[in-house]
Amino acid sequence: MSVTVVEGKNIMRDYHVGGGLFRPSRTVHAVKGVSFSVDKGKTLAIVGESGCGKSTLARIITLIDPATSGELFIDGKKLDIAKDGLSKEMRRKVQIVFQNPYGSLNPRQKIGDVLGEPLLINTDSSAGERRDLAMKMLKKVGLGPEHYNRYPHMFSGGQRQRIAIARALMLNPSLLVLDEPVSALDLSVQAQVLNLLADLQDEFQLTYVFISHDLSVVRYIADDVMVMYFGEAVEYGSRDEVFADPKHSYTRTLFAATPRADVASIKARLAKKRAA
Amino acid sequence: MPLLEITNLTVSFDTAAGPFMAVQGIDLSVEPREVLAIVGESGSGKSVAMLAVMGLLPNTATVRADRMAFDGIDLLKLGPSERRKIVGKDISMIFQEPVASLNPCFTVGFQIEEVLRFHMGMDRAQRRARAIELMTLVGIADPEERLGSFPHQMSGGQCQRVMIAIAIACNPKLLIADEPTTALDVTIQKQILDLLVGLQAKYGMGLIMITHNMGVVAETADRVIVQYKGRKMEEADVLSLFESPKSNYTRALLSALPENAVGDRLPTVSDMLFEPAPSVVAARSAGGTAS
Repeated sequence: MSVTVVEGKNIMRDYHVGGGLFRPSRTVHAVKGVSFSVDKGKTLAIVGESGCGKSTLARIITLIDPATSGELFIDGKKLDIAKDGLSKEMRRKVQIVFQNPYGSLNPRQKIGDVLGEPLLINTDSSAGERRDLAMKMLKKVGLGPEHYNRYPHMFSGGQRQRIAIARALMLNPSLLVLDEPVSALDLSVQAQVLNLLADLQDEFQLTYVFISHDLSVVRYIADDVMVMYFGEAVEYGSRDEVFADPKHSYTRTLFAATPRADVASIKARLAKKRAA
Repeated sequence: MPLLEITNLTVSFDTAAGPFMAVQGIDLSVEPREVLAIVGESGSGKSVAMLAVMGLLPNTATVRADRMAFDGIDLLKLGPSERRKIVGKDISMIFQEPVASLNPCFTVGFQIEEVLRFHMGMDRAQRRARAIELMTLVGIADPEERLGSFPHQMSGGQCQRVMIAIAIACNPKLLIADEPTTALDVTIQKQILDLLVGLQAKYGMGLIMITHNMGVVAETADRVIVQYKGRKMEEADVLSLFESPKSNYTRALLSALPENAVGDRLPTVSDMLFEPAPSVVAARSAGGTAS
């Protein structure tokens, strides 16, 4: 039987933009009533252009920001961080990996400390245990024990993203939110990180919420796809449904805009160019 | 006659661990009205080669080439002030981060007019008229209004349009676009690529497109150079590159595209890659990174 790990019902988020001396304040509706649910071990991909509210939604799911209204369930438990705050146990359940691995690691912290920090804050484990767990995790993400005492600047972008993923996994979360984890990476490195994510998902039965604007990546990794446009979920369904038969005009625009790298479309383009 | 002709270009950086070779013996040429794509991952030296053409490398870099000529002018013999007359006018460049490459302290109108003042010697009224014309050309609505905007008041896509406007302001013969769409969304990427290719065809410019995105290559290029660790791996016209890639590296790059995934795993470049020459590896791990 499948277990629902995260479920959102009609989630909304408004931001109040403060007015100046001569400007009235106004309200921006960043997320306008989005509902979704993800089963254990599955991946939900959220697609949309910048400013469509997908990162806001990610912050709500990760329990960083509260939703203005709507209900969020994680592991079947209703959560409202605006009212009840956040317990250590809840913090362990959901983790996030950010887009830019250059910005999300503290340049003054050694990798060992980066990985040990979540344990230090959220558990009572001793320094030795933390070290062992960090070493194990380094191996899991394809790095070695020799990397333990290095600083972030000594790593490439792809390696840094591995470290960010390792850090997110230190507390055995059930849900991992990935906010454009590969869009800052090169094609070849992107493939390695995507493979790593797929392996980790199989090993730990992880649930992913994968945010991206790259449809080819989404097609590779997602089970379900949600397309957001100006704060609304304009399309939501299984990957095959959405890719085979996009219903909303925005989804079709998105498909049309994605560059195609197959021989047939190159031929078509060259023919068109010659004709022009 | 080719517009830009480079033979045996080598760029090395002085680092604490000795010279680091970012570009090693690259040959390339661009014909007028041609779109050439240079593909490679970060550190492959694709930007460095073009920065060498522009003369924008720092003092620690040593540029050597048997020949580096633009439109019949030998760029290697050119002094800095003579080079400045060509760069920005006949050769211009668009960079990856549009928001970072515009000056936040000045309005975009000022920054477009700056080029016109320096290279074309236009007076105030001419400059303003031309700036409005350029803004319209690159598809910015309300150009009169927007001339007074600062970069932070515009979106990333609009900033990139302004960058393009600056680059084409003096009707360059060669436009170099260094990852022009990497920081942008797919829908905006499509618009910017269409704009670039449209302008290229309209004004008959040569266009060098530096990218790591195979999709962008497929959508824009006539001819492609694949570069890896400072060396040229393959050069072919776009169709034969995708149909029958010759080098292992190109094949690896193409199979790493998520849409080409077979089964559960994506083949990665390192899965299928030959061992690069040991000297390259040593220099890489010893020296810093350069892209």
